[in-house]
Amino acid sequence: MTRSPPLVAIALLAWLLAGSLAAGAAEPPAPEVRIGSKKFTESVVLGEIALHLTRSAKVRAVHLRELGGTRILWNALLKGEIDIYPEYTGTLRQEILSGLDIRTADALERALADRGLRASRPLGFNNTYALGMLPAMADRLGVEKISDLVRHPGLKFGFSNEFIDRGDGWPSLRRRYGLPQAEVRGLDHDLAYRGLMGGGIDVIDLYATDAEIAYYGLTVLTDDLRHFPAYDAVYLYRADLTARAPGAVAALLRLEGRIGQAAMTAMNAEVKLKGVAETKVAARFLAKTLGLDVTAPVEGFFARLWRRTVEHLTLVAISLSAAIVLSIPLGVIAARRRTLGQVILAVVGVIQTIPSLALLVFMIPLLGIGGPPAIVALFLYSLLPIVRGTYTGLHDIPLPIRTSAEALGLAPAARLRLVELPMASRAILSGIKTSAVINIGTATLGALIGAGGYGQPILTGIRLDDVNLILEGAVPAALLALIVQGMFELAERLLVPKGLRLSADS
Amino acid sequence: MLELIDVAKSFGPTRALAPLSLEIRPRKTTVLIGPSGCGKSTLIGLMNGLIRPDRGSVLFDSTAVTAANSALIRRRMGYVIQDGGLFPHLDAGANVTLMARHIGWPKAKIEARLEELADLTRFPRDALARYPVQLSGGQRQRVSLMRGLMLDPEILLLDEPLGALDPMIRSELQTDLKAVFEALNKTVVLVTHDIGEAGFFADVIVLMREGAIVQTGTLRDLVDSPADPFVTRFINAQRAPFDALRGGPQ
Ligand SMILES: Nc1ncnc2c1ncn2[C@@H]1O[C@H](COP(=O)(O)OP(=O)(O)OP(=O)(O)O)[C@@H](O)[C@H]1O
Ligand SMILES: [Mg+2]
Repeated sequence: MTRSPPLVAIALLAWLLAGSLAAGAAEPPAPEVRIGSKKFTESVVLGEIALHLTRSAKVRAVHLRELGGTRILWNALLKGEIDIYPEYTGTLRQEILSGLDIRTADALERALADRGLRASRPLGFNNTYALGMLPAMADRLGVEKISDLVRHPGLKFGFSNEFIDRGDGWPSLRRRYGLPQAEVRGLDHDLAYRGLMGGGIDVIDLYATDAEIAYYGLTVLTDDLRHFPAYDAVYLYRADLTARAPGAVAALLRLEGRIGQAAMTAMNAEVKLKGVAETKVAARFLAKTLGLDVTAPVEGFFARLWRRTVEHLTLVAISLSAAIVLSIPLGVIAARRRTLGQVILAVVGVIQTIPSLALLVFMIPLLGIGGPPAIVALFLYSLLPIVRGTYTGLHDIPLPIRTSAEALGLAPAARLRLVELPMASRAILSGIKTSAVINIGTATLGALIGAGGYGQPILTGIRLDDVNLILEGAVPAALLALIVQGMFELAERLLVPKGLRLSADS
Repeated sequence: MLELIDVAKSFGPTRALAPLSLEIRPRKTTVLIGPSGCGKSTLIGLMNGLIRPDRGSVLFDSTAVTAANSALIRRRMGYVIQDGGLFPHLDAGANVTLMARHIGWPKAKIEARLEELADLTRFPRDALARYPVQLSGGQRQRVSLMRGLMLDPEILLLDEPLGALDPMIRSELQTDLKAVFEALNKTVVLVTHDIGEAGFFADVIVLMREGAIVQTGTLRDLVDSPADPFVTRFINAQRAPFDALRGGPQ
């Protein structure tokens, strides 16, 4: 005689345990200082520089790289999820605090202080916005200044997504110059150069320190109406950091006025054009400029892989375990209560239709950045397949079998445990398997909001146009999905009662 | 023993049972018979509380069967349904002993009872470890019967236990089943379509039609003094094996 039903429960417990263990393993000693950076090379380099500097001051620091755009970084700083990030004065005045009409440095300092923030003095370079074109086309059309663009309404514009939406970006630029162009596409800044070279777009937005300007010999259009303000780079940091980690702040401020336009452009070039790691570029700069001997701790391939695996598995294990714990009861309720069941299925179904990227971003205002919002988003994504599997499995139990269980005199809870759940085990398990595989894939997007994992190299690889780096994230993610799938096939042998497997085979 | 007083049941617009009363006599075999859809299964369902009557009451051992007590009462009733009722995820032995294990019978008692039942129903002991899909239709019915008998119920309800079996097996199982009934001397309610089978088992035959009882009595009563022309028609509707030969060449 076999007694298989409790196995399901045991397996679920085991999975949960594994999840919390992985979570525990991933917990490093809490850092004292968190540095953030935006999703483009210069910001990441400045983040790395800050990281080396604070660490050289013996402060435990981490760098949450490529967290996203201005809004995400600014809000994270306000909420204290990060302590430092590189920003530009123009962005502060024209975009973040645009409602305040800030004209002087003092006014800016006060506005920041009101929010518990401080800014370093300018680091020394002005990374203003500009528009650029291929020289051949610019020459042919006789375009030198932005105002010349008015005469060529057919030109195709391709701007970074942030530029399109920003108050100091496309909307006001268009008004200021009266630009007639209708075809304006939003794309990733790092991909824009490729679009320009490929001929798909004619005009892109540039950052003045972009290495590609010189590399491709682009024509930079003169801002003849002086639309763009100065974008002096500064470090923004939380005012409380001065008390919490005075060493870190002191170290950071050593950079004031030390990074010139040429130096920054050169660093960008090293990363983007020569493929040198940001951390190395940052270390070399500090050695040259401040005589600081920071050995950039280069993480080996396997150490990297292991760290990301732990990060990725943590996201998956916690979100999936929670989804299992909630979805199975929901599926049971759905199978038992017709109307409520339809509501449950509809709600989890609707959640599934939210694009994963959007769902991740929705989580930021609620939960900030990093692991928690990613876990909640993944959790929500994992519900439908399990709820549906449980519902279908229970729903499809033949009537005579349900009647028999009832006629034996088993109470509803006992019927569920001894008959119904074991009979639905295959459908439940395949729902969990589907969830797990989707979850592993979707978790790569977690890197977009600072959750790390296999998505991190993919994100960086896209930014640097580095296929190897993309593969470094994509291949392990695919392998992990395969392994997990295989584990579930095995689990099926263990968990699905033999009698059911026999009837499926025959 | 078991008494149905003025019970009626409709499923939406379908009237499955007109108001009727019926008393099941202890230690006798009562056979419910009638055309398909006349309400036999519904009547069985009322007896063990799987179906609640729209009106009237069901008394088991002088206690009204209610939603609250029906689960406990069902443990004192064995129930065997036509095919399909075995749990596919449990082997034959586990199917039979599920309830006994659930209510905490000692292991030794369970083993002893299982062997006793296997012998009683002439089920091969070595097949107890097989799963339902690995059993023949006749063996499955024997397992179902063992499961119904496991807790030594006071009453055994069988809803077309032999419906889907081929004639040879069916006849063999009829003989065995009757032997079991006689050995146990229990109250039995059995549903069938087959008047021959009814005559073979019944102390009392209850002939139904469209949710009502047409006549109650022995086979002889039904043949000799039918309460309604339908009774005779129903009995004569069954084709005897040699009818075709007797008719001669067309
Ligand atoms: N759950 C139900 N929902 C709706 N109608 C039902 C339900 N159960 C039974 N009925 C209807 O009630 C009537 C009696 O059904 P019942 O199953 O009692 O017949 P039966 O005599 O057992 O028939 P058979 O010999 O074919 O098993 C039929 O018309 C049937 O369609
Ligand atoms: Mg029936």
